Amino acid sequence: MSLFDKFKPLAERRAALCKFDANPFNVVIERILSPTEAIIDGRHTILAGTNNYLGLTFDPRCIEAAQTALREEGTGTTGSRMANGTYAAHLALEQEFSDFFDCPSAILFSTGYMANLGILSTIAGDDDIILLDADCHASIYDACRMGSAEVIRFRHNDAGDLEKRLRRLGKRATNTLIVVEGIYSMLGDCAPLKEIAAIKQRYSSWLLVDEAHSLGVLGRKGRGLAEAVGVEDQVDFVVGTFSKSLGSIGGFCVSRWPELEQVRYAMRPYIFSASSSPSLIASTCCALKILRDGGELRSRLWENVHRLYEGLQTLGMTLGPEPSPVVAVILEESSEQALALWNRLLHSGIYVNLMLPPATPGGHCLLRCSISAAHTDRQIDAILEAFAKLEISLLREG
Amino acid sequence: MPSAQDILTDLCRLIEPFAEPGRELNEGTELVTDLKLDSVKVMNLMLQIEDHFDISVPLNVLPDIRTIKDLAAQIEALTRAAE
Repeated sequence: MSLFDKFKPLAERRAALCKFDANPFNVVIERILSPTEAIIDGRHTILAGTNNYLGLTFDPRCIEAAQTALREEGTGTTGSRMANGTYAAHLALEQEFSDFFDCPSAILFSTGYMANLGILSTIAGDDDIILLDADCHASIYDACRMGSAEVIRFRHNDAGDLEKRLRRLGKRATNTLIVVEGIYSMLGDCAPLKEIAAIKQRYSSWLLVDEAHSLGVLGRKGRGLAEAVGVEDQVDFVVGTFSKSLGSIGGFCVSRWPELEQVRYAMRPYIFSASSSPSLIASTCCALKILRDGGELRSRLWENVHRLYEGLQTLGMTLGPEPSPVVAVILEESSEQALALWNRLLHSGIYVNLMLPPATPGGHCLLRCSISAAHTDRQIDAILEAFAKLEISLLREG
Repeated sequence: MPSAQDILTDLCRLIEPFAEPGRELNEGTELVTDLKLDSVKVMNLMLQIEDHFDISVPLNVLPDIRTIKDLAAQIEALTRAAE
């Protein structure tokens, strides 16, 4: 009996996927060329699966800000925010987030995952309830496991099912935190947030929206889905990440409740993690300023989204329910066939994400594309051409 | 409130489509080991059970449920609490 025995099924599944020359476990970016291009396996590849929605990873202003901070403040803080890891720049970025969301309080985290882990595991305590959408991200589920609240899920994007569960809770609904995402990462669909916010108001519950995939993407100012549908005043907490539209790494939570500041001193993932390095904070601060003024970038992003979504529709692909920067091609094929299709795309110089069950909605395999404002029309057309060839191959095999 | 036997009978009927055809279900049947239900199937089964009994089963109790009898006991407790 070995401690490793329990990992054998996982290892066997991985071995089955490794029959192909490339699989999602062994993709190496040998050289990154731009927000949308890299060398993979010696091949020039268009990146269409990086969540780099505004394409800011190579923005010269962000790079210069990071370089300056690196030179002046060093490579890392070597400490938690509760110890020696609070620099003036961390406080300044928290102020930027407060201003941007027009909220009295903001807290930074070292990753988006940690933001959910810290907030959700702490805010909802022993006598409270977390009512989460079934398709919420793993970080939200993990946070629920770490905390002590009762955890109930409702059917994905089903406001009626949410209301039914709040009704069942009776008076406890006022101690319930509803958790949804602005854009869901697998299929790119939005939460029906207007309906959810209205239900939340009726039951005097609490509402947290994870805007990880919608920050910089939705809303006139880029604040996410809550801004886009006009319910920001009904959202109690917004959580997000720096590792998508902001092009770096880190996470944040903002709240219209000044009491959020009290939570800072109770969150173990926050207390016991080293704070983000000065260069990350500097590039994020710069990226946030660009995002705030980023109407043109957002317009460009949505042009690209429509070009790809409508192009794939014309090819007869089954897609996620609405156009968004996450464009998922839903496959009927088995995991092995999906892996073969993904390999063909990679060999055509197109990198997308391969998503396999059980991590996917409906148990389908997905070829998940994420679109960037930095993609050119030619790149989008090249992605479409690669998918078109895939369809021809499928028909030949069929 | 349904009796313990009613709950057990209803549960077996709800679980049947998730099991291999012809598989006999009883209170000792283990959901994961015997029926080989993965976590996603367990979650989908739970949604149907919740609708049927008009309850919400907290995710926190799932690790304690191994057999159909364990599940029936949880449903009985939740149904009683809802009254």
